[in-house]
Amino acid sequence: MTVCPTIKNILLLDSDGKRVAVKYYTDEWPTNSEKLAFEKSVFTKTQKTNARTEAEITMLENNIIVYRFVQDLNFFVTGGDDENELILASVLQGFYDAVTLLLRNNVDQKEALENLDLILLCLDEIVDGGIILETDGNIIAGKVATHSMDDGAPLSEQTISQALATAREHLTRSLLR
Amino acid sequence: MAQPLVKKDDDRDDDFEFSPFYGIEKGAVLQEARVFNDPQLDARRCSQVITKLLYLLNQGENFTKVEATEVFFSVTKLFQSKDIGLRRMVYLIIKEISPSADEVIIVTSSLMKDMNSRTDMYRANAIRVLCRITDGTLLTQIERYLKQAIVDKNPIVASAALVSGFHLLQTTPEIVKRWSNEVQEAVQSRAALVQFHALALLHQIRQNDRLAISKLVTSLTRGSVRSPLAQCLLVRYTSQVIRESSMNNQTGDRPFYDYLEGCLRHKAEMVIFEAARAITELNGVTSRELTPAITVLQLFLSSSKPVLRFAAVRTLNKVAMSHPMAVTNCNIDMESLISDQNRSIATLAITTLLKTGNESSVDRLMKQITNFMSDIADEFKIVVVEAIKSLCLKFPLKYRSLMNFLSNILREEGGFEYKKAIVDSIVILIRDIPDAKESGLLHLCEFIEDCEFTYLSTQILHFLGNEGPKTGDPSKYIRYIYNRVILENATVRAAAVSTLAKFGALVDSLKPRIFVLLRRCLFDNDDEVRDRATLYLNTLGGDGTVVETDKDVKEFLFGSLDVPLTNLETSLKNYEPSEEPFDINSVPREVKSQPLTEKKTQGKKPTGLGAPPTGPTSTVDGYEKLLLSVPEFASFGKLFKSSAPVELTEAETEYAVNVVKHIFDNHVVFQYNITNTIPEQLLENVTVIVDASDAEEFGELVTKPLKSLPYDTPGQTYVAFEKPEGVPAVGKFSNMLRFIVKEVDPSTGEADDDGVEDEYQLEDLEVVAADYMLKVGVSNFRNAWESLDLDNERVDEYGLGARESLAEAVSAVTSLLGMQPCEGTEVVASNSRSHTCLLSGVYLGNVRVLVRLSFGIVGQKEVAMKLAVRSEDVSISDVIHEIVASG
Repeated sequence: MTVCPTIKNILLLDSDGKRVAVKYYTDEWPTNSEKLAFEKSVFTKTQKTNARTEAEITMLENNIIVYRFVQDLNFFVTGGDDENELILASVLQGFYDAVTLLLRNNVDQKEALENLDLILLCLDEIVDGGIILETDGNIIAGKVATHSMDDGAPLSEQTISQALATAREHLTRSLLR
Repeated sequence: MAQPLVKKDDDRDDDFEFSPFYGIEKGAVLQEARVFNDPQLDARRCSQVITKLLYLLNQGENFTKVEATEVFFSVTKLFQSKDIGLRRMVYLIIKEISPSADEVIIVTSSLMKDMNSRTDMYRANAIRVLCRITDGTLLTQIERYLKQAIVDKNPIVASAALVSGFHLLQTTPEIVKRWSNEVQEAVQSRAALVQFHALALLHQIRQNDRLAISKLVTSLTRGSVRSPLAQCLLVRYTSQVIRESSMNNQTGDRPFYDYLEGCLRHKAEMVIFEAARAITELNGVTSRELTPAITVLQLFLSSSKPVLRFAAVRTLNKVAMSHPMAVTNCNIDMESLISDQNRSIATLAITTLLKTGNESSVDRLMKQITNFMSDIADEFKIVVVEAIKSLCLKFPLKYRSLMNFLSNILREEGGFEYKKAIVDSIVILIRDIPDAKESGLLHLCEFIEDCEFTYLSTQILHFLGNEGPKTGDPSKYIRYIYNRVILENATVRAAAVSTLAKFGALVDSLKPRIFVLLRRCLFDNDDEVRDRATLYLNTLGGDGTVVETDKDVKEFLFGSLDVPLTNLETSLKNYEPSEEPFDINSVPREVKSQPLTEKKTQGKKPTGLGAPPTGPTSTVDGYEKLLLSVPEFASFGKLFKSSAPVELTEAETEYAVNVVKHIFDNHVVFQYNITNTIPEQLLENVTVIVDASDAEEFGELVTKPLKSLPYDTPGQTYVAFEKPEGVPAVGKFSNMLRFIVKEVDPSTGEADDDGVEDEYQLEDLEVVAADYMLKVGVSNFRNAWESLDLDNERVDEYGLGARESLAEAVSAVTSLLGMQPCEGTEVVASNSRSHTCLLSGVYLGNVRVLVRLSFGIVGQKEVAMKLAVRSEDVSISDVIHEIVASG
C-alpha cells in the first residue's frame, strides 16, 4: 500500500468529454495521447450513470475514480485501487465545493472557461504532486480568491483590477458566511 | 438539481462561440505575451495572457524549447508587479513550464524574496514553486528558510514547506532528513492539515527505522490526532507496526488492536473505514477481532452514499475470500445491493454472495444472477464468471447448474476477454471435477461450432485432443473436430488436424477412420495443414499397416515443450545453418527470473548511488556470453546454472558487492559484481581473496582481477574453483575484497599516482544444494508426474518442528530445494491446516526432478511433511531426500 494517500489526477471535463481543465500527478500516463485515451475511457464508462445528486464511484483498470456531474461539467478524481475511497471522495467534494463558490453557484462550462484562471489555481491549491493539500472547499476557495493588493503596491497600480478583485473577494466572503 | 442537458447537436455551434478560447492559436498567444515586456504593466491583461498560455498547455499543446524559454524569460519580468492575482498566475506558469536548471537562476532571487515576504500567500506559493524547480545545490541556500517555514504559525505556509519536503525527500534525502526536529514540532500543530503533512513527512523520513516508527505510533495513538486525514495515516502506520511486530509476538493480544477498534467509533467516516479495512487486513485475524469491523462495514452497506457502499462492499468482498463465515451476517444487505444503480457495487455484492453462499443457496443465487447478467458490461461479467468458477470448485455437487449457467452465457453475445474467461473456467472445472468432464467437453464442442475467435478455437481443440480420447465415447467428438477442418481458417484447421492425430494415437479403434480424414487434409491449400497431416500420417504409421502406437510418438504428440519459448527463440536466432542440425538440448532451460524489484527501503526511485548495478548481469544468456569472453573459463564446458545475485555488503556501504554463482560440470565460478560508491576514489587491481577452508571439495583454480574500478561504474572480478565432476559439492567461503585505492580530485576527475593497498571484509558465501537445481516449470504437472517411472519414486515423511505458518514452511522447503513451484501451488490459503505443493526442476546432469510436498499441521504449530520425489534417475531421488534431511 502506498503509505500516504495519493491522488493520481483530477479531471474537469465538459459534457462531450473534452477537457476544461485537467491535472495529472503521476507518470502513469506519460504522453498527451495516453492522457486523452484515459479521459475518454473514464468519460464513456461513467456517461450512463447518474452522478448529479451524489458522488458516484467506479473502477477502471487499477484505478478508483470518484466523480460527480453538474450541468454540463463532469468532475473526476482518480486514485490507486488500494486507496481509501472516502479520502478520494473528500478531495472531490472539496474541489466541487470550491468551484461552486468561485463560480458563484453558476457551475457550468461557460462560467468555468471564463474563469479558467480560478479553476487552475483551485486545482493547484487542492493537491501538490499527488499529496492532498486541502479538502475543505471554503478554505480552497478562500486561498484562490485572495486578490487584494500587496501592502507595498504604489497607488497608481491600484486601479480597476483592484476594484474588481476587492469586489470579488467581498462576494466570496459573503458566500463563505 | 438534475437539469436536462441541452441537446448536444444544436448546442455545438454556440458551444464554441461562448468559449473565451474559441479559435485560440498558439502563435497569436505567444505574440500577445509581449505585453509582459511593457514598461507599464497591465496586470489584468497579463493575467489573461497567462491564462491563455495555461489553457494551451492544459489542452496538450506542445511548446518548443525556444518558445518555452522565451515565455519563461518574459514571465520573470512580471515579478515587478505587486498584483497578487497576477503573481499567483506567474507561480502557476513557472511550475507548468518547468524551466531548465540554468534558467532557474533567473527567478531564484525573486522567489527567495517572496519566501520572506510578509504576505503569507506569497510565502507559501514561493516555497512550493522554488522546491519544485530547484536542484540540490540551491536547496542548501534556502534550507534555513524552509526549516523556519515548517514551524511557521500560518498553516498554509507550514503545509507548503512540509509537502515540498515530502517531494524533496525523493531527490535529496540527506538534506530533508536534517529537518526532523522541526517536523516533529509541526506534528503537534493545531492546524489539521499541517498535522497531516507533518506526520506524512516524519514517517517518510524515518521509514527505515522500525523502532522510531514504533515509538511514533505508540506516542501518537495515546494522544489525540485531530485531523481525519492524519488519523487515517496513523491507522496505516499502526497496521504497519502490527504487521512487523507480529513476527516476534506470539502471545494472545495483538498490540494496538484497541487503538484500531477505537477508531471504528471516530466521527469521520473516512477514519472509521480506514480502521475497519486495516482490521480486516491484519495477518491471521481472528473472528473476534473481525466482528466490530464487519459491523461498521455492514452499516455502510445501507448508506445513501454510493462511495460508502462501494468501499464497504469492496472490503467485505476481500474478507469473504479468507473468512467467508464472518461476512454471512451481511448477506441480506448484500442481496439488496444486487439491484444497486451502480453496477460496480452490484457486481461486488454478487461475487461476495457467491463466495459466502452455502450449497443450498446456490440455485436461488444463480436465478438472480441470470437476470443480472444481461445488463452489465463485459468486465463485470468476467468477475462474475470467475466467482462462479470458484463456487463450483467449492461445491462440486452443484456442477450441473453452474456448468449449465456457464454454457448458457457462452452462447450469448460477448467480447473476447469475456468468452475466454468462460472457456478457461469450463476447462478448469473439467480438469478438477471428473463428473463434469463429458458435459463440459460437449459444451466446448458446441461453442467452437460457432466461435469467431481463432485463439479460443485452437485452445479448445488442443484441450479436446488431450481429454477427449480418455472419455467413454471418443468417437462422438470427431464430427465436431472434422467440421473445423472443413469450415475454418488455416490456423484452426491446423489445430484440428493435430487434435485428430491425438485421437488416432490414443484410440486404436478409431485409427483407420482418422487416417481417412487425415489423408483428405493432404490436399488442403495451406502448407501448415498439409505438413501436419503428412507428419502425423507418418508418425502414426498411416501409410500402410496399422501399428501399435509407440512411446516416442506419444511423447511427441503429448509431451510438453520443456524449454521456455523465449530461450528457444534466442537459440534459434543464434543458430547458423550448417551441417550440424539444431539441437533442442542446447537451449538453456532456466526460466528467466523477473528483474528483481528494487527494495522499497530506498525510496521509490533509486537515483545514482542507490541504483543497483545493472548492465551485463541480468540474463542467463548474458552470463554465458560474459563468461565465454574470459579465456580461462572457455574450457569449462556448458554453463549449467547461474544463481541470482547474492548481496555480500549491506546497502549504502562504501563498496556494494554482490556475487553470482556459476555452476559448471566440474567447476564453479564466482562472479563478484562490485560498485564503488565513493566519488573521491579510484580502485585498481581489485580482487576477492576467497578462503575455502570450510569447503573441502573445492580447489581454487584461477583468480581474474579487475584492473580498475572508477566511481559508480560496476565492474566484475572472478574466482574459479574446481570440484569433482557431477558431484553437488557444498561449502562455505569467506571473502575479502583487496584493492589499491587512489585519491581522485572530484573537480578534475584525475587520480593521484600513488595508491594505498587496502582490504574490505565481505560477508560469507555459501554454495548450497539448491545451486545445482534449475528452476524449470512444467505446464501440466499431473501428466509429467505420470510420465516418470514409478520405480524411481522415493517417499518419506519429515517433521519440520514448530513453524510460524504453513506458508513459511512451504517457502522454506521450496527455497531449500531451489525448484520451480507449479500451478500456483506455492500459495497457501491462510488458516488452512494442510497444503500440497508441486515442484519441478532439472538437476545437475540434466535430470528432470518432480516433487510433491504434502504439509499438515500437527498439534499447535508442529508441521509435518510428506515428500514424494520422482525423477529420471533413482539416485537423484535419493539425493533430494538427503538435501531435505540435512537441511
